[in-house]
Amino acid sequence: MSDMLLEGKTEGERLKLAGAGAWIAENAHRLESEIDGETKRSGKLKRVDIDMAGVERLDTFGAWLLERLIRAFSARGCDTKVTGLREDYRALMEELHAVKPEAAPVHHTGGQNITYALASIGHSIVSVGQSLASIVNMLGALSVTALRVAARPGSFRFTSLVHQLDNVAWRAVPIILLITFLIGCIIAQQGLFHFRKFGADVYVVDMVGILVLRELGVLIVCIMVAGRSGSAYTAELGSMKMREEIDALQTMGFDPIEVLILPRIMALIIGVPILTFLGSIAALYGGGLVCWLYGGIDPDIFLSRLKEAISLQTFEVGMIKAPFMAVVIGVVACVEGLSVKGSAESLGLRTTASVVESIFLVIVLDGFFAIFFASIGM
Amino acid sequence: MAKANANSKDIVIEVRNVAAGFGDHIVLDHVDLDVYRGEVLGFVGGSGAGKSVLLRTIIGLIPKREGTIKVFGVDMQAASDAERQAIERRWGVLFQQGALFSSLTVRENLQFPVREYLNLSQKLLDELAVAKLEMVGLDASVCEKFPSELSGGMTKRVALARALSLDPEIVFLDEPTSGLDPIGAGEFDILIATLQRTLGLTVFMVTHDLDSLNTVCDRIAVLADGKVIAAGTMETMLASNHPWLKAYFHGKRAVERHGA
Repeated sequence: MSDMLLEGKTEGERLKLAGAGAWIAENAHRLESEIDGETKRSGKLKRVDIDMAGVERLDTFGAWLLERLIRAFSARGCDTKVTGLREDYRALMEELHAVKPEAAPVHHTGGQNITYALASIGHSIVSVGQSLASIVNMLGALSVTALRVAARPGSFRFTSLVHQLDNVAWRAVPIILLITFLIGCIIAQQGLFHFRKFGADVYVVDMVGILVLRELGVLIVCIMVAGRSGSAYTAELGSMKMREEIDALQTMGFDPIEVLILPRIMALIIGVPILTFLGSIAALYGGGLVCWLYGGIDPDIFLSRLKEAISLQTFEVGMIKAPFMAVVIGVVACVEGLSVKGSAESLGLRTTASVVESIFLVIVLDGFFAIFFASIGM
Repeated sequence: MAKANANSKDIVIEVRNVAAGFGDHIVLDHVDLDVYRGEVLGFVGGSGAGKSVLLRTIIGLIPKREGTIKVFGVDMQAASDAERQAIERRWGVLFQQGALFSSLTVRENLQFPVREYLNLSQKLLDELAVAKLEMVGLDASVCEKFPSELSGGMTKRVALARALSLDPEIVFLDEPTSGLDPIGAGEFDILIATLQRTLGLTVFMVTHDLDSLNTVCDRIAVLADGKVIAAGTMETMLASNHPWLKAYFHGKRAVERHGA
């Protein structure tokens, strides 16, 4: 076996090609360059004879390259003939003879030009609009379902609610307590460190109290819940959607919103305020502990200072926000879950989108609440 | 690689005394089976009898407890990693649900194994992807689709094209016609037969489809009670007196089909 897989000789206007060796996948790279070399042969050619008698083995790779060789010469107007091809390869060659690779759609190699960049900006703006619309849509559907269930309380899925409460509230208590406790400690430590410079140590208590009760407690809890339970909702509903379980429910005459979504969102509406309350207490406890151990403020002083600094209103401002945040997290998670398409990749994308979107919306909502409470003087 | 020669009794897969199971549950109880080069072997058995388990044991997805499996004469257990990889490159598997990579397009699915094993130009890869698609009866228009956008029949065809992408010598088909309508299943049978002839494949086909057994299979092996109870041609199966075989091949549905 010579090294060359294809050897060519010209005799006037006639090209004689002789194939040799194994025209198989392992040699396809070498064969391709040899074949391309032959087809680039300059000069006028009228006839091409391809002698395949020397080819011991041929697979789809080799057969396709032979077909490509034949096509290249035929396109140049040469009379192309293949001789010596083994009989058992005939069917394979016929199969490949019918292939039309030119019909393949051009694949997108990604954006290199400005049109592509502009188009992707446009697409993302449209998709933001669409997701807002579907959130509003879901809120509407949810309200209708909630009213219908309120009219017939017997149809409410109480078992499901308890199960979801166990998942999103009860099991979240340890991690929420730990995180908010640490946040309280850190705020107090940073406050003490900087306030001490101008002798205002004791105002750290005011800062910790107001910050935790009005803003941080609820925000930290919501971010945790969005990451912990929002993503779980999206993944659960998404995989149910993928496996047509939601369609199955619908065909049995159940409303998926009533069966699946309402109990989940109700669980959040009940669970998030409880977690916010527990979280705020843990943060205050952490703040007080640091004030005592690091700042030398006795617990008695801390408590009496705290009583002066905060009122029931401060606490209310935080707690009022909690159920609204819960609705945002739940609705976003359910909308994203229901928009999962068939693939595993889409499930991953939707779960990410759910967490990012709900954290973003929770913070935006918090901003609106801040403006609202300021204007009503709370 | 077109070396079809169904007459020679060249054994490509040799299963000897293989046992496998899950926990206390024994699925394969010392199974023996031979697959000859260039044949289409239909592998049948009741649901849960362990057909897929044997297939998965042969291709190494389920560990066996006892026995030996030789593919192309190489003991898969004793083989080094490199040897095993070389053999894995010589077979293709069509999974029951297609198992196409959902994050890749059809074209990328077909090119993935080729790209990993061979160093080919993008142009050749693209042309070959189209060639394989046309061989399985699809056309270039599905190239840029994602698996989630394909119908059941198309998924099976694309999965078959992917199983064939490296020009394997053996193809394992796990219930290739399940979930297809009778027309689609019939076409798929013809497709398998055509490809088997053109590419000289050895086909190991797990199936329930009596029509497939009739039209494409050269030989049938039957798994029941954890053992291969019979192996041979359709005539042998029909002539057998084993109660399970009688129920399977002379049952109501079977009789309706080939009027036996």
